[in-house]
Amino acid sequence: MAPSYNAKEEDGHQPGATGHGGAGTMTNKKPDNTAFKQQRLPAWQPILTAGTVLPAFFVIGLIFIPIGFILIVYGLTLLIDYTGVDMSSPCYNCSQSYSWNNTQSCTCSVHFSLDQPFESNVFMYYGLSNFYQNHRRYVKSRDDSQLNGDKTSLQYHICTLNRCSKECEPYRSSDKPIAPCGAIANSLFNDTLELYYIDPNGSRTAIPLVKKGIAWWTDKHVKFRNPSGNNNLTVVFQGTSKPVNWRKPVFELDPLDSDNNGFINEDFIVWMRTAALPTFRKLYCIIQKKPNNMTPTLPRGEYILEVTYNYPVRSFDGRKRMILSTISWMGGKNPFLGIAYITVGSVCFCLGLVLLSIHYRYGKRNNSAEISS
Amino acid sequence: SLNYVVFPPTEKERHLRANDRELNLSYKYADNAIKTSKYNIFTFLPLNLFEQFQRLANAYFLFLLCLQSIPEVSSLPWYTTVVPLVLVLSMTMAKDSSDDMNRHRCDKQVNNRKVEILIGGELQSEKWMDVQVGDIIKLENNQFVTVRMEVIKVSAEGDKVKGETNLKVKQALTVTGKLEDSIEKLANFNGEVRCEPPNNRLDKFTGTLTLNGETYSLDNERILLRGCTLRNTQWCFGLVVFGGPDTKLMQNCGRTTFKRTSIDRLMNVLVLNIFGFLMIMCLILAIGNGIWEYQEGSKFAAFLPKGVNAPFSAFLTFWSYVIILNTVVPISLYISVEIIRLGNSFYINWDRKMYYPKSDTPAEARTTTLNEELGQIKYIFSDKTGTLTQNIMTFNKCSINGKSYGELLDFSGQRVEINEKTEKVDFSWNNLADPKFCFHDNSLVEEVREGNPEVQAFFRLLALCHTVMPEEKKEGELYYQAQSPDEGALVTAARNFGFVFRSRTPERITVVEMGELVTYELLAVLDFNNVRKRMSVIVRSPEGKLTLYCKGADTIIFERLNPSCSNLTEVTTEHLNEFAGEGLRTLALAYKDIDPEYMEDWKLRHHEANTAMDEREEKLDALYEEIEKGLQLLGSTAVEDKLQDGVPQTIEQLSKADIKIWVLTGDKQETAENIGYSCNMLRDEMNEVFIVSANTAEEVRKELQTARRKMTPDGTEEPTVKKSRSGLFCLLKTETVADEPVNGEYAMVINGHSLAFALEKDMEMELLRTACMCQTVICCRVTPLQKAQVVELVKKYKQAVTLAVGDGANDVSMIKAAHIGVGISGQEGMQAVLSSDYSFAQFRYLQRLLLVHGRWSYLRMCKFLRYFFYKNFTFTFVHFWYGFFCGFSAQTVYDEWFITLYNLVYTALPVLSLSLLDQDVNDWWSFQYPQLYTPGQLNQYFSKRAFVYTVLHSGYSSLVLFFIPWAAMYDTVRDDGKEIVDYQSFALLAQTCLLIAVSIQLGLDTHYWTAVNQFFLWGSLSVYFAVIFTMYSNGMFLTLISSFPFIGTARNSLNQPNVWLTMLLTSILCVLPVVAYRFLRILLWPTINDKVRGRGSTHLSLVRQDKVLPPAPRRVQARRTSTRRSGYAFSHAQGYGDLVTSGKFLRRTPKSRPALFSQTDSPLAQTQPQSYRTISEWEEPPLSP
Repeated sequence: MAPSYNAKEEDGHQPGATGHGGAGTMTNKKPDNTAFKQQRLPAWQPILTAGTVLPAFFVIGLIFIPIGFILIVYGLTLLIDYTGVDMSSPCYNCSQSYSWNNTQSCTCSVHFSLDQPFESNVFMYYGLSNFYQNHRRYVKSRDDSQLNGDKTSLQYHICTLNRCSKECEPYRSSDKPIAPCGAIANSLFNDTLELYYIDPNGSRTAIPLVKKGIAWWTDKHVKFRNPSGNNNLTVVFQGTSKPVNWRKPVFELDPLDSDNNGFINEDFIVWMRTAALPTFRKLYCIIQKKPNNMTPTLPRGEYILEVTYNYPVRSFDGRKRMILSTISWMGGKNPFLGIAYITVGSVCFCLGLVLLSIHYRYGKRNNSAEISS
Repeated sequence: SLNYVVFPPTEKERHLRANDRELNLSYKYADNAIKTSKYNIFTFLPLNLFEQFQRLANAYFLFLLCLQSIPEVSSLPWYTTVVPLVLVLSMTMAKDSSDDMNRHRCDKQVNNRKVEILIGGELQSEKWMDVQVGDIIKLENNQFVTVRMEVIKVSAEGDKVKGETNLKVKQALTVTGKLEDSIEKLANFNGEVRCEPPNNRLDKFTGTLTLNGETYSLDNERILLRGCTLRNTQWCFGLVVFGGPDTKLMQNCGRTTFKRTSIDRLMNVLVLNIFGFLMIMCLILAIGNGIWEYQEGSKFAAFLPKGVNAPFSAFLTFWSYVIILNTVVPISLYISVEIIRLGNSFYINWDRKMYYPKSDTPAEARTTTLNEELGQIKYIFSDKTGTLTQNIMTFNKCSINGKSYGELLDFSGQRVEINEKTEKVDFSWNNLADPKFCFHDNSLVEEVREGNPEVQAFFRLLALCHTVMPEEKKEGELYYQAQSPDEGALVTAARNFGFVFRSRTPERITVVEMGELVTYELLAVLDFNNVRKRMSVIVRSPEGKLTLYCKGADTIIFERLNPSCSNLTEVTTEHLNEFAGEGLRTLALAYKDIDPEYMEDWKLRHHEANTAMDEREEKLDALYEEIEKGLQLLGSTAVEDKLQDGVPQTIEQLSKADIKIWVLTGDKQETAENIGYSCNMLRDEMNEVFIVSANTAEEVRKELQTARRKMTPDGTEEPTVKKSRSGLFCLLKTETVADEPVNGEYAMVINGHSLAFALEKDMEMELLRTACMCQTVICCRVTPLQKAQVVELVKKYKQAVTLAVGDGANDVSMIKAAHIGVGISGQEGMQAVLSSDYSFAQFRYLQRLLLVHGRWSYLRMCKFLRYFFYKNFTFTFVHFWYGFFCGFSAQTVYDEWFITLYNLVYTALPVLSLSLLDQDVNDWWSFQYPQLYTPGQLNQYFSKRAFVYTVLHSGYSSLVLFFIPWAAMYDTVRDDGKEIVDYQSFALLAQTCLLIAVSIQLGLDTHYWTAVNQFFLWGSLSVYFAVIFTMYSNGMFLTLISSFPFIGTARNSLNQPNVWLTMLLTSILCVLPVVAYRFLRILLWPTINDKVRGRGSTHLSLVRQDKVLPPAPRRVQARRTSTRRSGYAFSHAQGYGDLVTSGKFLRRTPKSRPALFSQTDSPLAQTQPQSYRTISEWEEPPLSP
């Protein structure tokens, strides 16, 4: 190995270096001797060695598998499809109506039974599938300023002057501005679900469904606001028309509770938070745990789901479901994460073993090998 | 800019009249103002924008912007494109404006320089830019460093002008010379000049001067070119013929080819492929959209805002996806590449190890766009003089009367290595000695002072037999102007040993011999030429003795010796071999006493021959031949053509890195060979050194074929040529000649004459094959054009990256032709440097430039590109997968702000710090293992193949990044039962997963973790989280409701454990296969880099302490016992004989002129025994934009 010519005499630290000591030399162009400019920044140079890679694999494996088991254990879910596709289904008749604007409401009752009692709070969802809430034209068809209480978007003359968002078109205005505008609001889910427990003696007990506290706090309190100025929503929304598909105007969404009416109706807010995937579930209500009672929230037994069937989904091969679910600290039951963790953990562990054996077989040979020139 | 200069096509001949501005102006010739700047204040914005939008990338983004303004198509808000575009445009604009400001400054400086012009009968000081064609201007010695225009010399006092490389004699016409410096006569001078139109031939000029009805012809001898420096001339008046852009220099410099790197070209091809790929993706999604609209959308129509029919929807969707997926070719790619190159250029400028303290010259990256190509060099074409050698000749050894001097022996008779600390011979007894001369053997001085007659005769010869011009400005301060540096070295040696050549007239030479003034009568100078290879003088000593002194090539001299010298000849030959073996340039010296009567007769015949009208040369030759006979041998001299420091080591290192070095030199074959041996390019243990020097095409072909067949006896006759297509749209046809295996080491020396034949179309392949089989190729006596042709040849058939290094004007063509041109900022002016891409002061810095900076730059650029494509493809592919779940509606999977900021903010700095700071192994190891350089030559780090791997890798990552969150979030809810699979939360999850995954990938790719890397990586991640919490905050939403609809998403999502678990899972899944694969690769198929890295880590302490290691030993000259006889030390130009005897040069100079070196303490002057070459300073602005 020939010594490299390191140009040592040029490299710094030689105050007496010839050449630039002369009085005639005014400028010294010698570059600064900083670690950055000389590319000598102190650095950590990690290398993938057996000592680091193999333990990492084992550790990942050993951590992932238990996490997987924890994730897989929790959660109880019951799912009832009440779309009424089959002739035998109780909602079959209702589902035949395709129209939005049936004045007559169609109801149907679905019987089901719980094999296991649902402890603590139970959450009731409605699920839709094949419903493209994430379609671009759908997603952007809303006016956040209007929903935030911007009055100008409710006033006819301003909106006709093209001052407000065009995103809502064609659900912007009919003869008056539509409130709330846009396709999302227009297609608000409007089935009503009620749940009854059937006592062993045959009597029906309505189960109290809490319709508040189902939307995000930020949505309810920041993003959605009724137009200010008047507590009487009817007055506020005067001069607006209801969305085409709605049966009642926005200020009648929950006439009993002013805190849940208008734009801050939680069902409405939940619907307006569009889903990411074409199959989704949305929180419908909460069945709260009885405070003093030792009995489970939903004891084992027979139940009836009473559906006011308004929402047409058969046209696009959609499905409607009612889902009852209990929640663990991890959120709702989703077996995937647990299975995935167990799988990845085991693969990691096995891979570690394979690599270890390869390392034992070939590693020594290479370690001792000289660098060939 | 120069490129836009358009000449009136009608100009067939230039016509002008001296001192007649009116007439001359009517021709509308270009004036002398120089304009290299592009813009002024008003044109800057429109022009610059226009230029910028001519770039494909910018135009493309403008097109995207237009697409986005169509509401039906727009899938992203306008700011996602505008923000990056504005950023890129303004950065480029800032750079362009600063460049142009510099050019303005330079132009102004040059244009406002003062010159004296003869106007209205008197000299007036004017600005350069006001000089008009036809003006008479006055130039003074050294004062006007550059002649700004071409001047027909009207009158001059002295006769020499320093050109770019060497002094050239320029003389005025006799008729104009008579004008002297009389202003009155000059003002009345009304000669008319007709000459050729502006062109770029530096060595030719034709024209006529008509004065008083008489016509005189003007040739190159009469013209001063822009860019030269007046030397040894008090003043001269000139007539301006060409101004500004018309001058030959500007015509030569105007054509600057824009160089691009192979990565650039590959990138263009890839970008084009990516566009194709993008179109295919969009097409798939558009078709999907069509089908979806047809099958589902129509039924779903009740829920959707107005739909259109399926085909039209598909059409619109296609363009929407073009917008969304444009991130596969992000605009920031180009700007990042520029920044990385700029950064790596700065590293070159900053490198202290490439700074040369002796001339205070740091290395300079003059081009900032070629860095990574420095890591891919396969062929180096090097000039010799001034590049490999210092172009300083030192009198090193001599042999006088059979005794060799110059070696230092210790007491036991062993040779002592001579270095800077060795004690020098004290010449203080000689007050005329040159203080810079050094010699180490005291015995020679003793001999001289003791009066050894042979030794004295030896030095007397050296003091008399030459064509050197002395100059004595102060008493005792002698300066020699020598035609070749060898000659100067010899005369200086004689001077120091007590035989001081003091002055000369055409008839006399005055020498101070050991303190005694002796005047010799010079009877004849038998000048040097290429055939004679010797020169002689005949002098009469004060005692009246006639002596002929002769020096020349040993073989020539030995033929003409008196038989009585045969013993001496034998010993001297031995010494000569020894000298030659050390790579010294040798001369033999001989003398002869002449009979006065014979001399009378000879002189008569000489005069006859000299005045003969025909066959003068032949007659003179015969006469010289006759008198240079029966000589007495005196001895021989050995002059060292000093190699630059570290040249052999550098060459060895570079050849270990599998770089082939070809030397292309204008020198003679012997000289070139000599240097080849002394810098280890030619070695005695080589199987054979082929010498190709033939006079006909057929012979050259035969010699080349013979050489080739010898190297590969069983090789094919026909070259294996791989034809392929490359470039954009595969329009470029390329032919690549495969490397052929050779047993053993061979070298080839080919001279310019043969090269001319070999470079013909029908033989170039033969030349290329033979030359490429050789370890070393030396081309000697080549013209600048041939240098470029050789480079072009290799470029054409080898598809390899070439580098040319040189220091002189004759290297410019080669420097421009090669992929990378390196200029040695040496003594030979600055022309090479000005046209080069990189410049530094010493050849040896080349190894640092290539093995360290080049390698790192290449590595960094490749890492950057691989990573950059990875991160953007991954980013984009996720959109592709999401398309299948959102009805192909071109809905984005991320927040729009994230799309805007992803490349500009979240990932920009980490990847920049990776590509500016990363080193796989440090510089010390790069030098230890030059073979680390080879992956670059083979394009291993970034190629189409590597690109495909990158695409597959990001395909995998994007699958993980989309489908893991999809599956994990599908039908799930928050821990309070509320929603989490809403679009906004999912977008947040997807983008966070992506960012974490690409950050981890970056970490895996980083080999060199500095604090900066850490800071940028963690900083970017924190900025990301800070930005999302800010953008999703109440305040932002309430300020700008429509722009920040994601309010609360971060708060509501990131407090969920399953969100974090999903992120962990995706990250691990993205990284795991990569880690496993890399680990296995290092384990089973380790590359040299892996091995060195593995080693480096165990010797980390050692690496940092390279200062502890013993310093590299200085060059040890291998002693060769070769019988090869060294070269003859004259350069190949004709001597000054005529000038010496003509007397023209020898007018006394009344005024003292400034020293050649203003800085007398400059290191250059210290290492140089005497300066024969003057430094021409170039104060032109950089000419190429």
